[in-house]
Amino acid sequence: MSDSIKDRVIAILAEQAMLEPGDISPEQSLEDLGIDSLGLVESIFAIEEAFDISVPFNANDPTEGDFDISSVDAIIRAVQGLVATQAA
Amino acid sequence: MRRVVITGQGTINALGRNVPETLAAMRDGRCGISDLEFQDVERLSIRIGAQIKGYEPEASFNRQQIALYDRFTQFTLLAAREAIGQSGLSFSGELATRSGVVLGTSGGGMNTLDENYRTVYEDGKNRVHPFVVPKLMNNAAASHVSMEWNLKGPSFTVATACASSNHAMGQAMQMIRGGMADVMITGGSEAMLCFGGIKAWEGLRVMSKDGCRPFSANRNGMVQGEGAAVFVFEDYDHARARGAEILAEVVGFSMTSDAADIVMPSKQGASRAIVGAMRDAGLNPEDVGYVNAHGTGTTANDKTECAAVADAFGHHADDLMISSTKSMHGHLIGGTGAVELLACIMALRDGVIAPTIGYEEPDPECALDVVPNVARDVKVEAALSNAFAFGGLNAVLALRAA
Repeated sequence: MSDSIKDRVIAILAEQAMLEPGDISPEQSLEDLGIDSLGLVESIFAIEEAFDISVPFNANDPTEGDFDISSVDAIIRAVQGLVATQAA
Repeated sequence: MRRVVITGQGTINALGRNVPETLAAMRDGRCGISDLEFQDVERLSIRIGAQIKGYEPEASFNRQQIALYDRFTQFTLLAAREAIGQSGLSFSGELATRSGVVLGTSGGGMNTLDENYRTVYEDGKNRVHPFVVPKLMNNAAASHVSMEWNLKGPSFTVATACASSNHAMGQAMQMIRGGMADVMITGGSEAMLCFGGIKAWEGLRVMSKDGCRPFSANRNGMVQGEGAAVFVFEDYDHARARGAEILAEVVGFSMTSDAADIVMPSKQGASRAIVGAMRDAGLNPEDVGYVNAHGTGTTANDKTECAAVADAFGHHADDLMISSTKSMHGHLIGGTGAVELLACIMALRDGVIAPTIGYEEPDPECALDVVPNVARDVKVEAALSNAFAFGGLNAVLALRAA
């Protein structure tokens, strides 16, 4: 299950960055991938739709909601955490 | 080139039902933001706004009018009534053909759209009220003002998101300056506080859940408001000849385009608009005592705007006052520049500078005198009003004391 979360998050980010999923590595930041603030908001929307979760994120204060966007890996872990807590 | 003066002002917004109530609230630093009340609000994550509470259309309009007037048109008509009443003008004969209306709005009849989409999509009905189109169209308010007061000259509506009103008032000013009209009714209106209106903004993740704190280090987004403000712009000689009271002179206007990003503001585009307005007005930076900021309370706008002001004014940026009254009346989107012009006129006429309320923590990236929390008594000779829209469209007006 957690592998599939990882793959799906990477697929979402890859689509946003117009890259192949295989070209994305976990330590990369969104900036590395060329995803800007609008791209981030759109990616979060896609993640919410894909996993049926609500992501606490305010573009004015990206650190506010404990949703770590510092790297691809951080985002995957944050999504795994939200899926686990919001799956109930 | 003809001079343009303001001879009437009117408003309705969360701070007051008219200009005196609104200015008193700004002077007191009162906040018009509260819990939103409308259908399906519980399905929103953003539930605050500067909503006009206790508003009853029936108190001002009859049944037929309510069937035709969306909320944004109602607000416009109420503000226009106050403004035109104050000006003492009535329009007939030659003056009627030399007078027009140019208003700003972004969403137009958003409540009408929302209600009728609900009817057909959610309720599954197959029939809507016959007046949906004339009610929701963006130019409905301008047209109803022209009909109500017999204004037969150039009339239209401007929609440039958050700069709509400033663009509208800039056009009105230039039409009088250039001799196309003698009187222009101008300003703007917005009534976007409905489920669809807020839901759309929610998606962009730039809205605050708890308050509007422009320039404060702990700001976390914008808060929407609703309402209208309308002004009577008049040829100076025409106003003088009839002995009208002049509230302020509109001396400059500038618009620029960032040509850069659909949502992120640009320092250069904003700065060029500010410099352009001063140049058009023949003002030096040190002549300007007050700037009504765009000041949305988002991280990006406020720091970019402060950098633009510093860039445009040079050393004088440290001596002028800049406040965001959105902290009190919220962000009226297409109507916001109009309500904010009231604060500029108050500064010039009454020597009262409206504060930026909700200011809690200094932000080194917004290190200007933002008139935190408490209004200030200072006489100023000239003021600017900034508006920087999504899409990178900037419009700045310059006013001088009468």
